[in-house]
Amino acid sequence: MKNFENLFIAWMCVWAIFFVYEVSIARRMGQLKKEIDELKERLGKG
Amino acid sequence: MRLRIPVTALIAAMMMFAGYAALFIAPDEKTMHEIQRIFYFHVPSWSACFSAFFIAFVANAAYLATRRQQWDALGVSAAEVGVVACTLGLVTGPLWAKPVWGVWWTWDARLTTTFILWLLYISYLLLRGLIDEPGKRATLSAVFGIFAFLDVPLVYMSNRLWRTQHPAPVFFGGEGSGIDPTMGKVLGFCIVAVLCLMVLVLVDRYRLERLRWEVDEVRQELESRSLDFERRETHSVPAEGRQ
Repeated sequence: MKNFENLFIAWMCVWAIFFVYEVSIARRMGQLKKEIDELKERLGKG
Repeated sequence: MRLRIPVTALIAAMMMFAGYAALFIAPDEKTMHEIQRIFYFHVPSWSACFSAFFIAFVANAAYLATRRQQWDALGVSAAEVGVVACTLGLVTGPLWAKPVWGVWWTWDARLTTTFILWLLYISYLLLRGLIDEPGKRATLSAVFGIFAFLDVPLVYMSNRLWRTQHPAPVFFGGEGSGIDPTMGKVLGFCIVAVLCLMVLVLVDRYRLERLRWEVDEVRQELESRSLDFERRETHSVPAEGRQ
């Protein structure tokens, strides 16, 4: 197949970019949830 | 939340089938052959990008009209998802262009306006990071978001208004435009699959923004409590000093 590499790279890019973005959202959500728990704990102590 | 797993599985299956249809069901194009199949990832990326920027535009206008925080959250979420889809279009385009045009990139009207669009929305996201005060940040970014959206119709119309290296429009391009019916069906399915994926990601991004508010609210409560405590402390000192 001629130019199969470019086709394959494009297909992989679509998946990779969406996957990396979704992972970044999940990571940021995890950090925020942790921050909320810490802040609520401080609020409870105060 | 109960629907989350089946919906994600359905969209993943749709994306898998879209990939299969693009590679094996769609007929071979006469002049470009296999490389033309990038079309089935490239065009849906732009559909998702323009849809996300349109949602951001509506949310920005709604925020300025109502000043409700939900619209600001939707605006920034849609803008960020739009930037991701725009990046996909900007990556898949040169991969298609190199074997067909002989160059990765050319500064024609379509490509230049598209690159400006990407820069505008990157600036929108950076602008938000520079302003600490939430109300001011939401207002300024809403105004900037509306301004950035003005480039979307320009991108869409660029290969109609000017002669470009980028091909003439395939849809709504007047006489001589249009594609093979099977290609059209495969493309339609790919667009629907990518739009569904975009909505799923947008929902997640919106939930992230809601968590940010929660953090801000708890922080504000903590700050107001510590201020109250400091005030009480300063009032009690002179009283003790008098004794």
